[in-house]
Amino acid sequence: MSNLNGLEAEVLAAVDAARDLAALDEVRVSALGKKGRITDLMKTLGTMAPDERKAFGAAVNQVKDRIAEAIAARKTTLEDEALEARLATERVDVTLPIAHQPAGRIHPVTQVTEECIEIFGAMGFSLAEGPDIEDDEHNFTALNFPPGHPAREMHDTFFLPPNGAGEKVLLRTHTSPVQIRTMKGKTPPIRVIAPGRTYRCDSDQTHTPMFHQIEALVIDKDIHMGHLKATIEHFAAAFFEVEQVKIRFRPSFFPFTEPSAEVDIGCARSKDSIRIGQGDDWLEIMGCGMVHPNVIRNCGLDPDEWQGFAFGMGLDRIAMLKYGIPDLRAFFESDLRWLRHYGFAALDLPTLGGGLSR
Amino acid sequence: MKFTVNWLKEHLATDATATEIAEKLTAIGLEVESVDDRGATLAPFTVAHVLTAEQHPNADKLRLCTVDAGDGAPYQVVCGAPNARAGLKVVFARMGTTIPVNGMVLKPTAIRGVDSQGMMCSMREMGLGEDHDGIIELPQDAPVGAPFATILGLDDAVIDIAVTPNRQDCLGVAGIARDLAAAGLGTVKTPAIAKIPGTFPCPVSVTLTDEVKDGPCPIFTGRLIKGVKNGPSPAWLKNRLEAVGLRPISILVDITNLITYDRARPLHVFDAAKLSGGIHVRFGRDGETVEGLDGKTHDVDGATIIIADDAGALGLGGIVGGVPSSVSEATVDVFVESAHFDPNVIAATGRRTGVQSDARHRFERGVDPKSALDGLELATRLILDLCGGAPSEVVVAGAFPADFPDQTFRPFRVEKLTGLEVPESEMQRILEKLGFGVTSTTMPWTVTVPSWRRDIEGEADLVEEIARITGLDKLPVEPMPSTSVVPVPALSPAQKRNRLSRRLLATRGMVETVNYSFIPESHAAAFGWSDPALKVANPISVEMAVMRPHLVPSLAAAAVRNAARGNTDLALFEVSGTYHGIAPKDQKTIAGGLRTGYTAPRQWQGGRRPVDVFDAKADVFALLAELGAPITNLTVAAEAPAWAHPGQSGAVKLGPKTVLATFGALHPRVARLLDLEGPAVFFEVDLDAIPAAKARASKEKGPLVLSDFQAVSRDFAFLADDSVSAESLIRAVRGADKMLITDVSVFDLYRGQGVPEGKVSVAVAVRLEPKDKTLSEQDIEAVSAKIVAAVAKATGATLRG
Repeated sequence: MSNLNGLEAEVLAAVDAARDLAALDEVRVSALGKKGRITDLMKTLGTMAPDERKAFGAAVNQVKDRIAEAIAARKTTLEDEALEARLATERVDVTLPIAHQPAGRIHPVTQVTEECIEIFGAMGFSLAEGPDIEDDEHNFTALNFPPGHPAREMHDTFFLPPNGAGEKVLLRTHTSPVQIRTMKGKTPPIRVIAPGRTYRCDSDQTHTPMFHQIEALVIDKDIHMGHLKATIEHFAAAFFEVEQVKIRFRPSFFPFTEPSAEVDIGCARSKDSIRIGQGDDWLEIMGCGMVHPNVIRNCGLDPDEWQGFAFGMGLDRIAMLKYGIPDLRAFFESDLRWLRHYGFAALDLPTLGGGLSR
Repeated sequence: MKFTVNWLKEHLATDATATEIAEKLTAIGLEVESVDDRGATLAPFTVAHVLTAEQHPNADKLRLCTVDAGDGAPYQVVCGAPNARAGLKVVFARMGTTIPVNGMVLKPTAIRGVDSQGMMCSMREMGLGEDHDGIIELPQDAPVGAPFATILGLDDAVIDIAVTPNRQDCLGVAGIARDLAAAGLGTVKTPAIAKIPGTFPCPVSVTLTDEVKDGPCPIFTGRLIKGVKNGPSPAWLKNRLEAVGLRPISILVDITNLITYDRARPLHVFDAAKLSGGIHVRFGRDGETVEGLDGKTHDVDGATIIIADDAGALGLGGIVGGVPSSVSEATVDVFVESAHFDPNVIAATGRRTGVQSDARHRFERGVDPKSALDGLELATRLILDLCGGAPSEVVVAGAFPADFPDQTFRPFRVEKLTGLEVPESEMQRILEKLGFGVTSTTMPWTVTVPSWRRDIEGEADLVEEIARITGLDKLPVEPMPSTSVVPVPALSPAQKRNRLSRRLLATRGMVETVNYSFIPESHAAAFGWSDPALKVANPISVEMAVMRPHLVPSLAAAAVRNAARGNTDLALFEVSGTYHGIAPKDQKTIAGGLRTGYTAPRQWQGGRRPVDVFDAKADVFALLAELGAPITNLTVAAEAPAWAHPGQSGAVKLGPKTVLATFGALHPRVARLLDLEGPAVFFEVDLDAIPAAKARASKEKGPLVLSDFQAVSRDFAFLADDSVSAESLIRAVRGADKMLITDVSVFDLYRGQGVPEGKVSVAVAVRLEPKDKTLSEQDIEAVSAKIVAAVAKATGATLRG
């Protein structure tokens, strides 16, 4: 028996001493394998007397179990150690920077145009379009600018060579010619907006030879200036994302509207920013009015039957106001630094349900 | 148009302050641009009495004065003005006062070791002119401590308004007063103009030629005033003109300027001694010139109205007078002209000559023709009062043009058009206060139009008059009736594409730009432009000369500008118009992009390479797929635009004719012209050319059909001639069994050892997806044979052994 105890101690010491799985397996084979020392002891049972066999057999089995347990435990330990060692070799520096992720941008003009479309779309407007290259008829004459009238000079017009019929060809000075194209091409009721490029030969700190406007036109039977005022108030509040916006109508003059007005919105100016909505200052944002009877007539409609309003607003200008962009000229310089700073993310989709801006 | 509040009050009895007047002006459509309340600015400057003035102990040119400002102990003031002396009444500024001319605040200071406790001021320091010869000397009876501005009549607010082109009547103070009175701010009290009888016949005859009399200058009035004494104007007149930004010249000239601003009535004065014979109003003759008072000599043509005498042209009628016949200090006999000129003729001559004058500004907007005689009488009165002399009888050539036609007016149109509820009696009051006559109030009303309201053409104009005087602040706020409970889309399918293309390109890391529609002529020419109809006739600079035929030159110019700032790896795009003719259909909406430099910055993982044609092609196909183009029907042809690299560019086509997109590398010659350095690839997708998706009755996507049988992949390497296009090879593979083959991809291209010269090894992976049974080896072999045969037939390529 003491022999058995000695063997157990010896094997357990060998298990503990095994430095890797191969060594451990050697220990297992030498103890528990077919020719292992424990196995050999089991083989001697047959030669023993029944009583002795019983007692010795039980003892050997207990030793065998303890050794098997010890080997299993040691195996787990060695496996864990091996995994730890492998993982240690697989370490990377996770603080290394990621690969370059190109980030696209959307131009502010696109963004505010889509914001306007979203708001006016909810008010039942649809989008109308017209060409940048216009004729004198659509840009001026049909809009009730009499030939030679000083109001034409208020628009510093870019001209192209006259067309085959000798008529003036020009770059539209405003989006209002779309009013003419829409009324001529469609039977009322009409409710459209027309954003787009416009051109005037003017260039200084606050003017660029090309800029963007959005036109609105509503033609129906009973649309009056009160509807115009409500439309602008609701637009301004939604666009500037404030609860309420102070609005002021000032009588003004445009050849194609009568009565005409300019619209100011309330604002508060501080040293280097403007807060839109409330405050004691005013900021002009658009010209508007009831469509002039001559314009309605020029489009083949009866001004006693059809009436409505129109307005035009600078898209670049309202982008500057809303997003605090200081310089109009930079809109068209395509400076990457400017575009990254003032541009919008690809997924900044303005929606009414999800909010116009982040 | 500038005027002062005191000037206005000569025409309007009102207690309103400058601020109240300004608010009302803006409310009725005479937009106030600025209010300069000089009374307030000058209020801290008061009258003081110089008690003593002695030599400064440490400076020859300075004086040490004691000054009584009426508020206790005298101040000690160091003053450098040569006229500082004891006994003088001066303008005094205490410490803390802001000096108008430079905005500086006075601080206690020591000058050459002596404390100075204030300042005695000159006109220039007050912002009241250039006089800096000395300090202001006030009248001896000026009360010490009183604001000096009151004593000199300078405590007046200057208001500047923007007058819209339809309201020439408000280019005179009297007209502004009329509008304000109608809006309830006071009562008009414009002094009446009395006729002054002449004491002798006018020796200067006036003739109008027939073509002038018929329209361009229907009436010309004048008279001679003899024995006048011209000279500098009195202070009140100088102050008044200076307040509105005019330079006083002499009494006679200043009177014409005064009346221009007072009554919106331009006049002209001639030195009668310098006239030869009578006055003739006629069209000019080629070769004639006028030496204008604006300092320039103007050529005259047959469309210019000139005022001439027997010897020749004197001045441009209604625009500017001439130097030789102008009045001077020595003028004794003056001929005063008060005429009417047609706005269109004046506007045309004004544009041609470029003369900016107060007369042109008014005549081209339409002066009240009836004011011609009144203006003459008013000028006579002022000349007699200020220069003496004796007036001749008035000479009148031509006749007043006909009155404006009466207008019919339906009062209900006011509410119909504006939503404003205005009682009819109030409408009548407003119209009459503005000078209209309501001659009948049975429906519809008949309304006469005053001679100064050339802008009134119809009922809508009368509605506007009533609305603006009633006040647009009273407009109701009434939401439009809604067209649907839930908004319907505002965009057409084509318009949606523009939006989608921008967002898609931005998700691909591209940055949207908005560039000018016009580009330099040399750039346009390099990109195929030749049509002179698209060249701007009056460009703002040579950089903006031609309507662009493509977006790429704009994007390239943007890339060059960015490169100059150190950004060379760019991915820019623009979705906008290109111009191919002057008809509306000739404007095409293009999504264009340009990638330059490298795909990424240097980074530890690598993956950085120069941009290449396949980056641009990837953009094109991403865009076309997103926009719903029929991708499987598209072909790519190596058809380069002339401005692209001939071997590295292509066109994406639908059928033989429709080009949906082009892409590629820029031609090196074009890149050099544009100053673009380094790799650059472009694409342009013609958004309008993509066929519209078929309108479908439902949004159903159709059932999903999945095969239960295992898909397998097989690789093939073909040996093809270099000239064989990959697309033809892929197409042949696909066509071998359209049901079974679901995907073909090229995974290797090899040239070199083992591949003969002029050949290329193209390795493709083919995915087979059986629909009805699992493929056996024999099935696969059969389809492989079909693939090899199809490729051989279409391209001549053989399976590589």
